[in-house]
Amino acid sequence: MTQPILQVKNLEKHFQLDRNKVLKAVDGISFEVMPGETFGLVGESGCGKSTTGRTIINLYDTTGGEVLFEGKNVHQLKGKNQKKFRRDMQMIFQDPYASLNPRKSVMDIIAEGLDIHEIASGKSREEVVYELLETVGLNKSHAARYPHEFSGGQRQRIGIARALAMEPKFIIADEPISALDVSVQAQVVNLMRKLQKEKGLTYLFIAHDLSMVKYISDRVGVMYLGRMAELADSDELYKEPLHPYTQGLLSTAPIPDPIQAKEREKIRIKGEIPSPLNPPSGCRFRTRCPYAMEVCAKVDPIWQEAKPNHWVACHLYQDSNPQ
Amino acid sequence: MNTTKKFDKSLFEPLAASEKNSEVLAPQAGYWKDAWRRFKANKGALIGLILITLLLLIAFIGPYFNDHNYWSQNPSMSNQEHFGDHFFGTDDKGRDLWQRVWYGAKVSLLIAFIAAFLDVVIGVVFGGISGYFGGRVDAVMQRILEIIYSIPNIVVIILLMMYLEPGILPIAVALSFTGWVPMARVVRAQILKLKTQEYVLAARTMGASHFRILFKHLIPNVMGPIIIAVTFSIPSAIFFEAFLSFIGLGLRPPSASLGILVNDGYRVLQLFPFELFWPALVLSIIMLSFNLIGDGLRDALDPKMKK
Amino acid sequence: MKPLLEVSDLHVTFRSQHQEVKAIRGVDFTIGEGEVVAFVGESGSGKSVTFQSIMRLLPQPPANIDRGQVLYSGRDLTKLSEVDMQKIRGKEIAMIFQDPMTSLNPTIRVGKQITESLMRHQKLTSQEAKNRSIELLKMVGIPSPSERINQFPHQFSGGMRQRAMIAMALACSPKLLIADEPTTALDVTIQAQIIDLLKDLQNNTGSSIVFITHDLGVVAEIADRVAVMYAGKIVETGTLDEIFYDPKHPYTWGLLASMPKLDQSRDQDLASIPGSPPSLVNPPVGCPFTSRCPYAMKVCQEQMPEVTTSSDSHQVACWLQHPDAPEVKNPVASAGR
Repeated sequence: MTQPILQVKNLEKHFQLDRNKVLKAVDGISFEVMPGETFGLVGESGCGKSTTGRTIINLYDTTGGEVLFEGKNVHQLKGKNQKKFRRDMQMIFQDPYASLNPRKSVMDIIAEGLDIHEIASGKSREEVVYELLETVGLNKSHAARYPHEFSGGQRQRIGIARALAMEPKFIIADEPISALDVSVQAQVVNLMRKLQKEKGLTYLFIAHDLSMVKYISDRVGVMYLGRMAELADSDELYKEPLHPYTQGLLSTAPIPDPIQAKEREKIRIKGEIPSPLNPPSGCRFRTRCPYAMEVCAKVDPIWQEAKPNHWVACHLYQDSNPQ
Repeated sequence: MNTTKKFDKSLFEPLAASEKNSEVLAPQAGYWKDAWRRFKANKGALIGLILITLLLLIAFIGPYFNDHNYWSQNPSMSNQEHFGDHFFGTDDKGRDLWQRVWYGAKVSLLIAFIAAFLDVVIGVVFGGISGYFGGRVDAVMQRILEIIYSIPNIVVIILLMMYLEPGILPIAVALSFTGWVPMARVVRAQILKLKTQEYVLAARTMGASHFRILFKHLIPNVMGPIIIAVTFSIPSAIFFEAFLSFIGLGLRPPSASLGILVNDGYRVLQLFPFELFWPALVLSIIMLSFNLIGDGLRDALDPKMKK
Repeated sequence: MKPLLEVSDLHVTFRSQHQEVKAIRGVDFTIGEGEVVAFVGESGSGKSVTFQSIMRLLPQPPANIDRGQVLYSGRDLTKLSEVDMQKIRGKEIAMIFQDPMTSLNPTIRVGKQITESLMRHQKLTSQEAKNRSIELLKMVGIPSPSERINQFPHQFSGGMRQRAMIAMALACSPKLLIADEPTTALDVTIQAQIIDLLKDLQNNTGSSIVFITHDLGVVAEIADRVAVMYAGKIVETGTLDEIFYDPKHPYTWGLLASMPKLDQSRDQDLASIPGSPPSLVNPPVGCPFTSRCPYAMKVCQEQMPEVTTSSDSHQVACWLQHPDAPEVKNPVASAGR
């Protein structure tokens, strides 16, 4: 069997905001990503999905647990291995306006990694950048220009080219399309899929839009307040969501079809997302869950495989208390 | 509604891909080009720039217009108002004021530029490091900065001037002893704001060093505020140098700066007002132009700050 | 249906020293009483600017209404004085925005912000106004409203703030509510709650709603009628079913096809619209969609398409509707029923 390219084991990331205020942004999540697949991570604001991505790529240290990339602990890499990791894993960011340095030309932006790792210089550096521009659907003449001259979609392409320059194996895409217009979102998603096929990339795709995540991902993890609620194949997750939160997300996701929108069963999630500074006891979703039971407030649900390859953390499916 | 106009049938042939106007990019206008356009639109700033250019020009070529120099005394010709080629007259020791005013202007500007340069170097490095690393580093560095800034700078300067020979460089050093603090604050505030930008994260994920991120990504984006701070620090350095000379801590005769000339003129104000008038006029023009330019640059480089 | 708001030939330009942006280039539409009309388009399509200029909220200069008529109950809003306009705003036509944090005053208690407009427009006493505010907050689903009115906006969550904004907008029972991307900044589950709330309120009060959004999914949930905007023009307008199941403009086709359905197969690519919208500094002479349109013809580049009517409610501005144009099959027809 192939080894997973990325293993996240019991990852915790807490931020000390104040002397006695701790934000548990990510609080013990585990998943694995196989080479060549797209793993989607969805959830609403404050669920910790972006923090997870940033901890995996070692922008943040861990508070607990570990992240293994190709079997090596990402947060303990040194010297040569560290350099290799910085090339192998790349990130695409959400805000196409903030993710490109406004004072640098497109050439310098895309070549940043080449310069840092001293991979190419002079003529060959130029050649690499031109080729990357073509790959992402821009052209040579764009290299001398500056980010503000481009539209959101074009900037996102530049961001993708910058990541590709390092010839990575793994790309974390942190809400790469949520700041783009609808008609441009599809362009970027199609480009990402094309590149995946051509270069055998593995993606961790982070987003809040369930329909897009479901479309692009092979497997999807649903996060809620720092915990993983459910993880399954994307088709399975769509056809048979187990966790009440996933059910709610699916039934509230806007779909561009009036008849379907009217006919589908609506599971409305009531109330607001509780503050991650002070999450509910037991199951974190219990305050908004239509099926909340007494046990939910007292006991943390166990993260378990309810069906083959379908994981869920919910008391409705715990062995000790069948439906 | 459906009374359709008749058109030539050929118009309804499909358009080849090459015939479509592909994406047209916004006109290429760099940050600096754009800023220059905004700067030009500001009349005050433009006047300031013209004034300061003219003044510098005269300061350098003016001394060749007559055969005097700034140090030769001629007691028989003291305190004369404009005559012959003494365009500005002479002072109490009979030295040519035209020569002395332009020499003094050059000295004052030189001191100001050196002081501003030191402010930038120290302020950018200190503020940059403090803002970029944040946390404990920032806390310690900010306390140091506060301590330096809490000592009245006149005290520091007087102490320094007692140790150092009064000269152009020592005065500049004394001025920037506390002068870099506002610069450091400006830079730190900007860096704090910018360091969470995604392009900084992107550089970090690619393994960029702190040095590279700070000096290749962050500082270039702070250039606008830095330049603005410099243009405002130059007139304040000139003013402070004048003040030092005025209280007798400045350069030694026969050397001159605008401050010394103003001081000399002030002593004979009631008898020979022209001796105060000329250096004071040049001093005022310099101060005014730099302030005008500073305002213009602020609007041009940082259009959001205007409101 | 009686028309409440009739806009004809509206042109809005933003002028600065060195350029002119022709943001709205001739927009005509009618909002009937009790109708929910969605305006869809990408950023820069002019959907928000249209209504901000109708409400005369744009600073002039740089904005300028060059031409056009905005009839509200028989009065032309473009010709009203600022004082008369203030009487319309809030009382007759209310507006809610994308970011409730910037539209609520952070230093004033939420209750006071609502009572103030009640006291101004409806001449209620402060006690009456307070009771009415509590009632309104309750109506929009804010729990324990009598305590909540004494809180400041920052003590509200994003969803609660949007509810408070809606309560404020409804304070004077306006005939028309303009909702400018009211759910865009909210999380999916909260977005659904707000849409439900707006639907309920519309059913109860019978006011008209203009819903400005870029999200066709939201449109499908709430609208009776849809206007699709592109580059400062309305390119297609029709009932909800007409736009979703019988769209006629290639841009509408593209928009519909580029959104993945929840049951979309992963094997096929999303249909995408190439390129990006034209600059409105120098808008193209012909159809603004030409450069991105897979069916573009020569005429599209040279002439602005005529508006053709295919049913009482369905209008399209596209040369493909011309009898001389080649037959093009709607590529998204299969998506409907």
